[in-house]
Amino acid sequence: MNQASHNVAQKSTDKYAIHTTNLNLWYGTFQALFNVNLNIKDGIITSLIGPSGCGKSTFLRSVNRINERLGYVRIDGSIDVRGQNIYAKNVEILQVRKQIGMVFQRPNPLPISVRENILFGHKIHRSGKVSSRSEQDDIVESALRTVLLWDKVKDQLDRKATELSLEEQQKLCIARLLPVKPSILLMDEPCSALDPKGTEAVEELIWELRGDYTILIVTHNMAQARRASEECIFMLMGKVIEHTATEDMFVTPKNSETADYIEGRYG
Amino acid sequence: MFEISEINKRNQKTQKLFQILFMMMTVLLIMPVVAILGMLIYKGGSIISVDFLFSNPTNGMTAGGIFPAIFGTVWLVAVALLVSVPIGVAAAIYLSEYAPDNWLTRIINLAIINLAGVPSIVHALFGVGAFVIFFGFGTSILAASLTLAIMTLPVVIVASRESLQAVPLAFRMACWNMGATRWQTIRRVVLPNAVSGILTGVILEVSRTTGETAPIMFTGAAFFLPFLPQSVFDQTMALSLHLFVVSTQVPGVPEDLPYGVALVLIAMVLIMNSLSIAFRMYLRGKKKW
Repeated sequence: MNQASHNVAQKSTDKYAIHTTNLNLWYGTFQALFNVNLNIKDGIITSLIGPSGCGKSTFLRSVNRINERLGYVRIDGSIDVRGQNIYAKNVEILQVRKQIGMVFQRPNPLPISVRENILFGHKIHRSGKVSSRSEQDDIVESALRTVLLWDKVKDQLDRKATELSLEEQQKLCIARLLPVKPSILLMDEPCSALDPKGTEAVEELIWELRGDYTILIVTHNMAQARRASEECIFMLMGKVIEHTATEDMFVTPKNSETADYIEGRYG
Repeated sequence: MFEISEINKRNQKTQKLFQILFMMMTVLLIMPVVAILGMLIYKGGSIISVDFLFSNPTNGMTAGGIFPAIFGTVWLVAVALLVSVPIGVAAAIYLSEYAPDNWLTRIINLAIINLAGVPSIVHALFGVGAFVIFFGFGTSILAASLTLAIMTLPVVIVASRESLQAVPLAFRMACWNMGATRWQTIRRVVLPNAVSGILTGVILEVSRTTGETAPIMFTGAAFFLPFLPQSVFDQTMALSLHLFVVSTQVPGVPEDLPYGVALVLIAMVLIMNSLSIAFRMYLRGKKKW
């Protein structure tokens, strides 16, 4: 186990949402992750920072196994989510993705109505029988309320989701994950396509969601990591350099590379 | 400081020259279309009438109408598409959504390109060997349509694959990340957004297939038939072959008859193309991303 994970881990009373053991990942012959050992706590926001190409998005994508759809990927080591290795043989990949939702840099609502976007996950996972209209209405309303979007769009549920503002689209993309009841939300630079006002609104929402969901957020924006996360992981060249409480990382980084990055000497 | 210089003037002049040159080339392009249509209407327009469109040829095909040929062409094209569209779209979905990038996929792609390059007369001979003789369909609508289907397959596959791949990866990611299977993703998101492109490809193929002569002349199209086909196992007349026959094979045909046949043929094709363009515009107007 490396230096980094010692800092936060080791208190056996903590419950980990995600626990990785010697995770290595290759794209073809290129190794993107080296011996990643992380313990990510349940119900808090953990941010992943590091320069472009350091492997933070790759790590994020291996947590719901979406990497496997995107090309030739080889993994060794394990990722335990709530104590169960998601790379074990008997694991159903569709269940993994259902439990672990993902939000992208560019909002990607489907080109269908707001309502249908929210119901999409529900419909693909329902068991045979069609749910009633009022049941569906409840699902839509509760998801949109959770993401603080209900008041804005309640009168335009049949409008095409792609016509909403980017901020609203991104909130919708978070909302549509909720009806299938995931426990972990992965966010890959969720605010970088938004203007400052939108960024603030989405950050606020993410903060609201913590507690109910374990949130892992990749960001390029140091200020965002600092104000919107409780723990912070710094990665460099596919390795975890430091993992600690966010305030500690930004005030007293233990590692000189972390300090250099945070102070903007590279990246 | 911002006044025009001599060098500016010279460059502007050259630019203007090329702009005009390119425009003239483009205008040249539409001239054959206008000339062909104009000549057909001038020489064959007078023979077109309801009677011409809806009655049988008479007097050894030197008089009367062309209904059996129109009827036969519609049949041939319809059966051909009934076969090639499901197969072609299925193949395109496989290649676009499922196929891994390996040697087998590359060989399939190469085969499709090569199939598109096979001359239509070679398709005709293949049709004779495979459908008429080996499968024992005889010279029939079925054999001719299957031959046409094989000929249209590569275009259907390529057009469908391109419209499938034009659907942004972000939509697929959205679905996969919610735990949708590949098929759920295809059925609910990819196909609905690709259908306009697929249909455009299909309709363009209809117009091309309508005019094909070589693939059907040995496999199912007849020189002359006094009756309409009763099933897909019968032979049929077809517009394209009929045009060839009345232009070159029958003595004593009045001059306006072949032009009239050609006009009907080209009108069918143009109507198809216009429909396809209108349809595409309609579907494009509906989708926004």
